[in-house]
Amino acid sequence: MACDPALNRRRWLRAVAGVPIVAALPSGARAQMPTAGPAIGSGYAKLLPEITGGRPARAGRVHLEIPELADNGLSVPLRVWVDSPMSADDHVRSITLLAEFNPRPVLLKAHLGPHSGRAQVVTRVRLAVSQRVMAVAQTSDGRYWTAQADVLVTESACLDAS
Amino acid sequence: MVARVRVPAAVSGGEVFVVRIAIQHVMETGFRLTDTGRPIPRNIIHTLAVRYGGREVFRAELGSGVAANPYLEFHVRAQASGPMVFDWVDDAGVRGSETVAITVSG
Repeated sequence: MACDPALNRRRWLRAVAGVPIVAALPSGARAQMPTAGPAIGSGYAKLLPEITGGRPARAGRVHLEIPELADNGLSVPLRVWVDSPMSADDHVRSITLLAEFNPRPVLLKAHLGPHSGRAQVVTRVRLAVSQRVMAVAQTSDGRYWTAQADVLVTESACLDAS
Repeated sequence: MVARVRVPAAVSGGEVFVVRIAIQHVMETGFRLTDTGRPIPRNIIHTLAVRYGGREVFRAELGSGVAANPYLEFHVRAQASGPMVFDWVDDAGVRGSETVAITVSG
């Protein structure tokens, strides 16, 4: 899926604007890297209640594995798994993947159950810009659990073409 | 639509095994424009359902944030030998299906 050639200048600027700054930062500073527009992670204050129906979500039990640096936002490999015995009375019902700054933030919702045996999903996602990706799992007791990971995207998925 | 499904050649009863599926599909986001500036309509596979042993064992609702040629990997607990059926549908209403045999030994 080729990008519009007219976007080359924009993409090049984005690439050179991001890379050298990040290379110079200590790894701990990357999460606080300033971006134009809303702060990283701020999108979830509104997004998360839409997923959980307003119920609280706790960090924990969920693990999210995604590259810290994605050369190309068009296809970013991702693995999410949840600590769960996956038994009839204690299992994961669903896992939802969110990307706060994508034009459509809900990437995927996977429905699981005790017949899954293991609460793990692997896929490849599109990321429009550098951002924080979140995984939300609902367990069979109705509670919600989350994990998040920051991803730096050097070449965006050309979603908006604007 | 072409899809490739991979499951183990044989599994034992109760074993949790991995299922991998890759479907050839453009997953057009709906945010792109043609060279003349017309929007390209969204066309993504939005639902994938997997049945095995007389029940649905996996279902995914996909958004435009899933990469082109969607790939999914998940797990299923082996019950008895039989078919595992994958069904999916895209925004254009085009349906795809794939069936693999699950062989349970012991």
